[in-house]
Amino acid sequence: MSFMSYLISGISLGSVYAIIALGYTMVYGIAKMLNFAHGDIIMVGGYVVFITVSTMGLPPAVGILAAVVICTILGVTVERVAYRPLRDASPLAVLITAIGVSYLLQNLALLLFGADTKSFTSVITMEPLKLAGGQLIISGETIVTILSGIVVMVCLTLFINKTKTGQAMLAVSEDRGAATLMGINVNKTISVTFAIGSALAAVAAVLYCSAYPALTSQTGAMPGIKAFVAAVFGGIGSIPGAMIGGILLGVIENLSKAYISSQLSDAIVFSVLIIVLLVRPTGIMGRKISEKV
Amino acid sequence: MKTTKAKKNFWLGSGLTYGMVIVAYILVEIALKTGHMSSLMEGLLVPLCTYSILAVSLNLVVGISGELSLGHAGFMCVGAFSGALFSKIMKGSIDPTVSLIIAILIGAAVAAVFGILIGIPVLRLRGDYLAIVTLAFGEIIKNIINAIYLGRDANGFHFSMKSEIELGLGEGGETLIKGAQGITGTPQASTFTIGVILLLITLFIVINLVNSRTGRAIMAIRDNRIAAESIGLNVTKYKLLAFSVSAALAGVAGVLYAHNLTTLAALPKNFGYNQSIMILVFVVLGGIGNIRGSVIAAVVLTLLPELLRGLNNYRMLIYAIVLIALMLFNSSPKAIEIRERIAESFKQKRQAKKEA
Amino acid sequence: MAVMLEVKNLSISFGGLKAVDGFDVTIEKGQLYGLIGPNGAGKTTVFNLLTGVYKPDTGSIVLDGKNITGKKTIEINQDGIARTFQNIRLFKELTVLENVKAGLHNHFKYSSLTGILRLPKYYQTEKAMDEKAMELLKVFDLDKESHYKAANLPYGKQRKLEIARALATEPKLLLLDEPAAGMNPNETAELMDTIRFVRKEFNMTILLIEHDMKLVSGICEKLTVLNFGQVLATGDTSDVLNDPQVITAYLGE
Repeated sequence: MSFMSYLISGISLGSVYAIIALGYTMVYGIAKMLNFAHGDIIMVGGYVVFITVSTMGLPPAVGILAAVVICTILGVTVERVAYRPLRDASPLAVLITAIGVSYLLQNLALLLFGADTKSFTSVITMEPLKLAGGQLIISGETIVTILSGIVVMVCLTLFINKTKTGQAMLAVSEDRGAATLMGINVNKTISVTFAIGSALAAVAAVLYCSAYPALTSQTGAMPGIKAFVAAVFGGIGSIPGAMIGGILLGVIENLSKAYISSQLSDAIVFSVLIIVLLVRPTGIMGRKISEKV
Repeated sequence: MKTTKAKKNFWLGSGLTYGMVIVAYILVEIALKTGHMSSLMEGLLVPLCTYSILAVSLNLVVGISGELSLGHAGFMCVGAFSGALFSKIMKGSIDPTVSLIIAILIGAAVAAVFGILIGIPVLRLRGDYLAIVTLAFGEIIKNIINAIYLGRDANGFHFSMKSEIELGLGEGGETLIKGAQGITGTPQASTFTIGVILLLITLFIVINLVNSRTGRAIMAIRDNRIAAESIGLNVTKYKLLAFSVSAALAGVAGVLYAHNLTTLAALPKNFGYNQSIMILVFVVLGGIGNIRGSVIAAVVLTLLPELLRGLNNYRMLIYAIVLIALMLFNSSPKAIEIRERIAESFKQKRQAKKEA
Repeated sequence: MAVMLEVKNLSISFGGLKAVDGFDVTIEKGQLYGLIGPNGAGKTTVFNLLTGVYKPDTGSIVLDGKNITGKKTIEINQDGIARTFQNIRLFKELTVLENVKAGLHNHFKYSSLTGILRLPKYYQTEKAMDEKAMELLKVFDLDKESHYKAANLPYGKQRKLEIARALATEPKLLLLDEPAAGMNPNETAELMDTIRFVRKEFNMTILLIEHDMKLVSGICEKLTVLNFGQVLATGDTSDVLNDPQVITAYLGE
């Protein structure tokens, strides 16, 4: 039974990683950049919910909505101001700029909200589910997180495959030049990508902070980097890859915490990533790239 | 002949780099002797050397070999711990300076071994994948070191990955590495003079390596791997060479860093990926492949937050804005175009003046 | 005459498509040999097979009596094949001189440590390399641009530099992949002189891919025509070019 409980909470954590990883992977696929500031959008989302719900006493739904709206605006603004001017610059320059944005958001949060850890009150009020005669207890957070993960994945897949904007995103990720020639507005498509990615980060923020309630300016950093690993793990640029990678990562992390060593769990997660990449150099679902001679 | 010109440029360029470091050293020493240096600045002197060495060594991988590595702090960490461990074991039994020199060699060697071991699998990957795997390795190193317990008693060394008690030390036993608390009581043997000497040695190694047959091969592989293979250059060998030399030098920086502290612990702050990224920022802002630029950027960016200390809470914010603004100014195609246009108009004006 | 390159039954397929199918060729020492054919016929793939970029599915490659089938690119270069590329592949950030010196890498050696410590051997070897490289650059009229960044050379000179770099590895067989691509008639004429000169001066065997028929008929002694991965015709240049099958393949039905 304890194995089941570890497994389920692993899937729950993995769902959060997957939602964040989707943001990473879409931005990578479409804008060809590693958005290092993505994790910090989560932190911003966490603070927005904290302020609206815990400080101002507004209903959780309002808080979540506010987080989604503010994160979306923030993501699009960051892209417009800091990344778009560097669209044709070297990838390294964009990477460093993203790191700058990450520092900026963290220090802005530090300035606005102070260095003390805020205790996030869970916005999920669902009763825990008791199974197998009370031997297996699944918390409301876990259930909501897993369900949210499934909803997000289904919606996103439908959006990409069924809408014109989604198809435009696929086209831009395939070949930006050709997409431009086909009349697709690349700048707009990239903005939409950032908007979706940031909105997902806000959702992830609510879920993550409900499960791990200590909120600081650094909150987004570690889930951000783990989700990034998850995206690479699944094959960066691939949407199903990000989902699989995220969930696998959460499960591996939780099980190794439970059965091997809580201290070494990060080392184990990263080792698995390395092994996967050595066997499949572009991740689980990644496409093979070969250079034409 | 043109080659003599190239040679002259080389001596001029590298001479300027060494000269810059030596002049800075003399100025600092004068300020120290005449008491014109605040204790805060004095405390920054060894870190400045450490970061300069790290930036120069990372530039060998990122700039010269063209691989994005985000795990440089991991090599620094390995060097720091192996060097500090040696010094702690040897404390009191040999002369501190001799001990430090041996510690530096050990740190370099251990980091180089890690560089080779990690480089062999990692260098098969390309671009962003290589970046994330080096980041992962850096985190693994930090994570594992945090779990190591090492002690010594009359029966010899005891090792555990669980806890201090597990070591089962006998009477009079001493814990050398205490898990997440790291190593305490490393002799503080690092001085500014030693730091500058190590920086000069690092510069000497990197500059001379780059301007040699080996460096040419490394850069050729960076510019075009397929063409490099077609003329018989061993891609794996030279990539690995650059990677492990860079790791060894990062190890040296780690030893220097460790001997500047009383307590050495592997924290996310000093050996995590944030540190690796910080070093990368030095390299990129200093100019990719520009060795002198790495030193300047490392010094300026390390001093900047301290100089902004008066602004208190705003300093890191300003730092972030400066970083973004610099990147936009340096790399955005539009900014480059505007800069070129301004330069062009100046040229034309001068031309017009001449003609008039 | 002695044989320099003997290729038998060389084949490779990519995902079911036979890119090269049963390719044979025999090139004698000192010959100037042309490989022609319509776009997509598999000419560059043949070069990639000869230089070990791809491993052949079947067939054998014997260079100057030595079997080099399935070897790695760098080994094949050391055994004596050097090449140029259709889409120029220079070391862009290096100078013209350094590009050629990179080609001399395996013939002028000193250790990395010698380089770091600037031992006398470093200076001696570098000097010898400079002299040798300048000699080669003079052949291609590039000596005045020796200190330019390779990326800043005009197109025609970049093609020449690629040949100079390949020759620096002291090959037995030189493969040129569309050396005249993108050149105007004057530059092409000049290139033809250079190729002839290289053959004579270095006693070189040359296999080249080219679309410019003037160049092909002007300098090649023998030709092989490739179509859909298979050899369509092979023989003396004038015979092959008058072969009705070849004309059809080029002009269509």
